[in-house]
Amino acid sequence: MSGRIPAWLVAALAASLAAAGTSATRAGDALPTPVAPNMLSPGRTFAETNGASLYANACQGCHMADARGAIGAGSYPSLAGDQNLEAAGYVVAVVVRGQRAMPAVGRSMTDEQVAAVADYVRSHFGNAYPDAVTAAEVKAARP
Amino acid sequence: MAGDQTVKATRRDLLSMIGMAAGSAAMYRAMTTLGLAAGSDYAGPIRLDGDPKGASVLVLGAGLAGMTAALELRNAGYEVKVLEFNERPGGRNWTLRGGDTYTELGGARQSCGFAPGLYLNPGPWRIPYHHRALLDYCRRLGVALEPFVQLNHNAYLHSASAFDGRPQRIRAIKADLQGHVSELLAKATQQGKLDEAVSAEDKEMLLHALRSWGALDDDYAYKASLLTSAYRGHAKDPGGGPGAAPTPSEPLGLSEVLRSRLWRYLQNFSAIEFQTTMFQPVGGMDMIGKAFGRALGEVIRYGAKVTRIQQDGGGVTVTYADAADTSSVAQEKADWCVCTIPLSILSQIPIDVGAPMKAAIDAVPYLSALKVGLQFRRRFWEEDEAIYGGISYTDLPIGQIAYPNAGMNGGGPGVLLGAYTFEGANGYEFASMAPAERVARVLDIGAAIHPQYRAEFDNGIAVAWHRVPFTLGCAGNWSEEARAAHYDDLCRIDGRIVLAGEHASYLPAWQEGAILSSLDAIGRLHERVVGG
Repeated sequence: MSGRIPAWLVAALAASLAAAGTSATRAGDALPTPVAPNMLSPGRTFAETNGASLYANACQGCHMADARGAIGAGSYPSLAGDQNLEAAGYVVAVVVRGQRAMPAVGRSMTDEQVAAVADYVRSHFGNAYPDAVTAAEVKAARP
Repeated sequence: MAGDQTVKATRRDLLSMIGMAAGSAAMYRAMTTLGLAAGSDYAGPIRLDGDPKGASVLVLGAGLAGMTAALELRNAGYEVKVLEFNERPGGRNWTLRGGDTYTELGGARQSCGFAPGLYLNPGPWRIPYHHRALLDYCRRLGVALEPFVQLNHNAYLHSASAFDGRPQRIRAIKADLQGHVSELLAKATQQGKLDEAVSAEDKEMLLHALRSWGALDDDYAYKASLLTSAYRGHAKDPGGGPGAAPTPSEPLGLSEVLRSRLWRYLQNFSAIEFQTTMFQPVGGMDMIGKAFGRALGEVIRYGAKVTRIQQDGGGVTVTYADAADTSSVAQEKADWCVCTIPLSILSQIPIDVGAPMKAAIDAVPYLSALKVGLQFRRRFWEEDEAIYGGISYTDLPIGQIAYPNAGMNGGGPGVLLGAYTFEGANGYEFASMAPAERVARVLDIGAAIHPQYRAEFDNGIAVAWHRVPFTLGCAGNWSEEARAAHYDDLCRIDGRIVLAGEHASYLPAWQEGAILSSLDAIGRLHERVVGG
């Protein structure tokens, strides 16, 4: 469950480099070495313990590593330099209640985790809102 | 009303029990089964009698809902056009093969390296026998089907925390659970403990039934014997010639079976959605979308990104951009609009509808899901383990491993579904990874069940549905509360616009739901056109 890629897999990937054409993930491909390795929680709820890790493993799936979102047929909004984040209560409400197509991802987090990830987003990616969210505020915001 | 309350409470209790025992993925399946999906109500090909007098309909989306609407409305005499974001028909009805490329949101581009004939269905992959509308369209469009194996008794059930992580054959868990439960019930029956619940006449029949269902011996015991081995498998299989007599296997103990919690996966074979016979199109699920696309031909305008939907008393105007060059904008006008754009996208598009429909469009979150296709150099699951098709289930983050239901026993490379999960923390965590890391993690995890992964891996491709540009999720995830508050408003015709898709059905995430929703929507639309 850790973020490490085992030696056998690296070896297996290396072993058939010769056979590799262009492919998504072929034996032999260099595997990404993220700064904070992505984790897989053992249960249905998030096991990440700090804001950075929660962002990198929960929010990043849609809002992307740089928090700039993405555009396809629809879009994921950018959270970078986002004035909507000024109101901490708004951030918390969106995380615990969801908004339009965004699931209420905070249902799979504790109050402390929601507070941590809200604080993280509000103090990174060009956002610098100093007021911290408390677990009690998260609890009160839950549906 | 009291009756409704009782039913609701009971169902919720049951769901909560299932949720505690098996996790929310199982609960989601149970919800769709208990509460919503009870087979399809398809009543045969739609009849749109009456002359639409040249009325025009603009269909948004060339998934199964949109193409069903377009095909039937065109046949009924309407002037029909379809706008589709992708460069192919089908939407979530989609197959990846060798040579295909797929670029997800965030820009990661994968090229599929599968051998000829091998594929991954990133979206829908199986068709229940009672999805009669979808089966009917397959027949009418000439899409060949073959069996999809949902239950393979020789596939595995696996838990990292049971049996030292050793996978167990499904047949053994099933036989041992049934056997032990039958023995217990038989004992209780014989001791008179069930006399209040079972009449004297039924008692004898119950004992017979338990002996038959549980493979019990003449003393109503479940124990190692050739009888029980005929269900759970032998320690030594029978052969020919001298010394080839089979030897019985030893059943697992009741407590072992219960504590393993592997029994919870057996519901994946018993709910009506997963009962035999299930089907898959020969060659990949997208054979259906392609067949619809061929039938519609030039009617579909591909690469069109809808940016605005307007209506007034005179008609509908839809603005769209070229998906490859969004500065290139055009408009399409029609008398009516059937909009099948997923709510995840539609909720972001300015649309002239009343507040109730807009609230409904905004009420549905979209599920996360992951599918990973892994090509191996040889079909070791068949050659080494005699697993031909079907699915192994595990409590590891990969959720399940599904074996290909085609090309069996033919040798050569094969493609496994190495992971299929949805919702839960893992769904988001996998989506957060780069595609190559998803594949690597799925390989690493799956090797606990099939150690051959280590020597035989060739290449893989990963689709995390929150990263899919044309849906931003795998399907609409209605809560009971949201459905009660908004579903009818979502389905109602608003002026000249009607919505359709799996999100406007009681068969969420199923292709049948998309088609039934579409048929219902165009039926009502047609009544309005010819009637008024």
